[in-house]
Amino acid sequence: MKIKITVNGTDTQGDVEPRTLLVNYVREHLGLTATNIGCDTSSCGACTVHLNGESVKSCTILAVQADGTSVTTVEGLATNGVMHPMQEAFMQNHGLQCGYCTPGMVMAAISLLKENANPTEQEVRVGLEGNLCRCTGYHNIVQSVLACAGKK
Amino acid sequence: MGGSILGNRVLRKEDPKFLTEGGKYVDDLLDEPMLAGAVHVTYARSTVAHGNITSIDTSDAKAMPGIIAVFTGADLDLQQVPSAFNPAATRTLLATDKVRYVGEPVVAIVSQTREQGEDASEAVIINYDVLPALIDLEVSMASDLHLYAACGSNVVFDTMVLGLPDNTGDAYFADCEVVVKGRYMNQRVAPCPLEVRGAAASWGANGRLTQWLSTQHAQGSVAPIAAANGVEESLVHIKTPDVGGGFGAKIGAYPEELLLGPIAKRVGKPVRWRETRSESMMALGHGRAQLQYVTIGGDRSGKVTHYQLWAIQDSGAWVDMGTILAPFMTRPMSSGVYNIPNIECRTTSVVTNTTPIVAYRGAGRPEATAAIERAMDMFAAHIEMDPAEVRRINLIPKFLEPHTTVVGQTYDVGDYETSLNKALAASDYAGWRAKQKVARASGAVKQLGIGVSVYVEITGGVGNGESAKVEIQDNGHALIYTGTSPHGQGHATAWAMLASEQTGIPIENIELVWGDTDLVPVGTGTMGSRSLQQGGNAVFAVSAELVNKAKTVAARLLEASEADIVLDKDAAAFHVAGTPSLTKTWSDLAKAEKSTGGLVHSDVIGVTGATFPFGAHVAIVEVDTETGKVTHLRHFACDDAGRVLNPLLLEGQIHGGVAQGTAQALLEEVIYDADGNPTSSNLAEYAFISAAELPNIDVIHMETPTPLNLLGAKGIGESGTIGSTPAVQSAVIDAVSHLGVRHIDMPTTPQRVWQAIAAAN
Repeated sequence: MKIKITVNGTDTQGDVEPRTLLVNYVREHLGLTATNIGCDTSSCGACTVHLNGESVKSCTILAVQADGTSVTTVEGLATNGVMHPMQEAFMQNHGLQCGYCTPGMVMAAISLLKENANPTEQEVRVGLEGNLCRCTGYHNIVQSVLACAGKK
Repeated sequence: MGGSILGNRVLRKEDPKFLTEGGKYVDDLLDEPMLAGAVHVTYARSTVAHGNITSIDTSDAKAMPGIIAVFTGADLDLQQVPSAFNPAATRTLLATDKVRYVGEPVVAIVSQTREQGEDASEAVIINYDVLPALIDLEVSMASDLHLYAACGSNVVFDTMVLGLPDNTGDAYFADCEVVVKGRYMNQRVAPCPLEVRGAAASWGANGRLTQWLSTQHAQGSVAPIAAANGVEESLVHIKTPDVGGGFGAKIGAYPEELLLGPIAKRVGKPVRWRETRSESMMALGHGRAQLQYVTIGGDRSGKVTHYQLWAIQDSGAWVDMGTILAPFMTRPMSSGVYNIPNIECRTTSVVTNTTPIVAYRGAGRPEATAAIERAMDMFAAHIEMDPAEVRRINLIPKFLEPHTTVVGQTYDVGDYETSLNKALAASDYAGWRAKQKVARASGAVKQLGIGVSVYVEITGGVGNGESAKVEIQDNGHALIYTGTSPHGQGHATAWAMLASEQTGIPIENIELVWGDTDLVPVGTGTMGSRSLQQGGNAVFAVSAELVNKAKTVAARLLEASEADIVLDKDAAAFHVAGTPSLTKTWSDLAKAEKSTGGLVHSDVIGVTGATFPFGAHVAIVEVDTETGKVTHLRHFACDDAGRVLNPLLLEGQIHGGVAQGTAQALLEEVIYDADGNPTSSNLAEYAFISAAELPNIDVIHMETPTPLNLLGAKGIGESGTIGSTPAVQSAVIDAVSHLGVRHIDMPTTPQRVWQAIAAAN
C-alpha cells in the first residue's frame, strides 16, 4: 500500500505491506534508527514518537494508519544542532545510561510536559509509567523532566 | 594550575549521540557494507518443557514466501557440545533428540524478511514424546528422570565434590540458646535489558567471519564462535556495536548467536538475527533462582554464634554460569558483614526444565546477602531486639588490613558500622520507628515498615587485570583502546577522565574503542563490577607510561635531558623545566614519532585481587493490611565503593541497582505452570518495574579506598542491587510483623502479603 507521511518535517512516501508497523516504516524504510523496539506487547515505550504532536507507541500504529500524518522522532527534535530542552535536561541530569529507552523516553517526556507543564514528581512518575528503563532506576529521568519543567 | 578532574561530576561524552541520533545497536546496522544483502534468521523453538523429539517436518515452512532455507540440527550436522562447568552434560546448539525447556531453539529458518521468518516458524511441525516436566527444584533433585543421562543425576554441581563437608544439621546448634530456621526462595527473575539479543554475521572473501554481537565480552566469544564454525580463532572477528544493557545476561554467547556463522556459510549470504521480547523472556538466561535453607543460632544478648546455609541453586535446563554462582559467589560471601565464629555452607546445583540460569546483576552475592540478612531479621524478631542493633552487635569491626572470615574469604577493607550509622542517621531511622509505633497503636489499615540491610560483596573477582592502549593521533587527540565493554556504564567518559588526568589532553579530545577483537584482542569485558578497578586502572597506568615515553621524545626534540622535561597538563604540552615558552605539544610528538610506529603505549596491567565494597540500606514502605499492597516510600543507600572517579556515574549505578533490587523484592518473578510453560513470557505479563513503583533514591556517600589498585576504587555496578533487595523485603515483613508475620518470600506481591497476614491471624 502506498503511503505518504511527513517525518521530521520531510515528506516521505513508501509502499508497505498492510501489516507494517509505523516503527518499522520509520526504522527500516526511512533508516531513522533512533526509535527502538523493546518489546512485542506495547509495554516498553522504546518506540514512542509524536504523531500529529501527540506521543504514541509507534508499534501500536500501522504505517498505513499514519498515512497523511506528521510524525516526529527524536532525530527531529534538535534545531540547527541545538538540542531540545528535554534532550539537554537528560544530558545535564544523567537521565540515560545504555541509551536504548532514551529516544522513546524523551518523546514521552516532552508530551507529558505538554499536557502538564508543572507536574509533581509523582505525576512525572505516573506519566512515564508506560516507558520502561532498566538502567537508571528512573531517578535521574524524573529529575530530568522536573528540571526541564523548571522545577529543579 | 587546574585541579584534578578525578572525583568531579563530569557529564557524559556519550550522551549527545544517544539523545539526538540514537545509539547504533546491532539492529541499526542498516548501512554496514559487509551486511549488504543480509537475510534474516528466525528460530523455531520448543513448545514443550521436556520431551524426546520424534519428528521434525519443515516442508510447509520451506514452501512459504521468502524462505531461503530451513535447517534442523541434523541438517547442520551439529555435534554434542559439553558444558564448560560439567562436561558430562552435553547438548547440540539446536535440539536434535531431546528438548529441555520451552523456548529451546530447534529449527533455524532463513528468510528474505524478518516477518517471513516469523510466519514460517509457525509452520514448522515438531512432534514430541512428552516427558514429565521437572520444574520444582527439590522434585528435580530427587527425581530418577535425568535431564542429562550422562550426569547420572539432576545434581550437576555440589560443594561436596570440591571436598567441602556436608552441613551437620541441627546438631551444629546444640549449644545455642536461640535457634531460628527459615526456608527462603530467592526467586527466578528475568534480566530484561531493554535491547534484546541480536547479532549479525558475514563471511569475507578472505575466509574470515565478522560477527556483530550485543555482548558484554566480545573477546570471550571468539573461542566459542570459532569452535562453532570449525575455524581457527584468528579467522573470527567480533565487533560490538552499542549495547542496550546486559546485566550479566549478555556475558556468554548463546546458541542462536553461535549458529549464525554456520548458517551464513550455508546460504552464502550475510545474516541478521534479532529475537523478539517474547523469545527473549524464554531464551535469554534468567537470574537468581536459589532455594535457601537457613538456620541461625546465638544467644539472647543478640550475639550470633552459628549460621548454616544450604543453597540449592536452580541451573535451569543447561549447566550454564548460574550453576557455579552458588559455590563460588554465594558460599564465599555467606558470612556477610558479620563476625560469626561458626559457619557451614553447602551449595547444590540442580538442572530443571526451565530457562538456563546465568549471571544477573550481583550474581550469587545478592543471594548470600538476602539469606544472612533475612536470618538476622528473624533472629532479631525472635529475641525481640531492634534489627539494626542485632546487626551492630555482630558486625566485623572496622579493618584496614585484610580480614578473613571463617568460610575462608578474605575481604580487603571494611568499615561496616560507619555505613550502618550513616544510613540510619540519613534515613532518620529512629524517627520512622516512632511513626511506626504510632501507626501500630492506632490500628491503621496502612502500616509502616522499615527494613535495614548491611552488606559486603565481591567486585573485580573476574579477571586479574586488563589491557589498555593509548595512542596519540597527529592532531594531538588520544584514542583509548580498552578490554572492558561498556553498555551504559559511561566508560567513554570515565576512561577519558583517567587519561586526561595523566596527559592533560581534554576529555573532549579523547575517544574510546572497545569490543572489536581486531583492535582490542585482549580483554575480559564488563561484568562483576570489574571495569573501573581493572580496566580504568589499566588506562590510568598506561597513560602514565605514555607520558614517560612522550618525555623521551620531547627531550630529543628539545635537545634536553629527559629528567628536565615536564608536562604542563593545563596546556597539554611538554617543555624543559624553567623554560615554559618553548613547548612541544602532543601533536608535535605524535608527528615526530609517526615514522617509528607512532606515539602509543599498550600494556596489560594486573591487579592483586578482588575488592569488597560494602554499605547499608534503609527502606521505608507502607503496606495496606487489607489489600497487601506495598508502596515503597523512601530508600536510603550508603554504598562504599572506595575512591569515586565520577559521582554522577556512581549515583547512576546505585539508582539502577536499587531499582532492580526493589523489583525483585516487590514485583518481578518468572513463573512456570506445572507443565513447564512460562506464564510470564512477555512484558505484559512480567512485572518489569516502572517509574511509578519507585521512590527517589537517597544516596549517601562514603569512601574507604582499597589498597589493591592505583585508583583506590572498588566496583559499584551491583552494590545497589545487593543492598536494596533485602532492605525492601525486610521492610515489607516489618510492616506486618506486629501481626505475627515472620517471613514472606519475594516478590512480596499484594497476594503474598495478604496471605501472610491471613495465615498469621
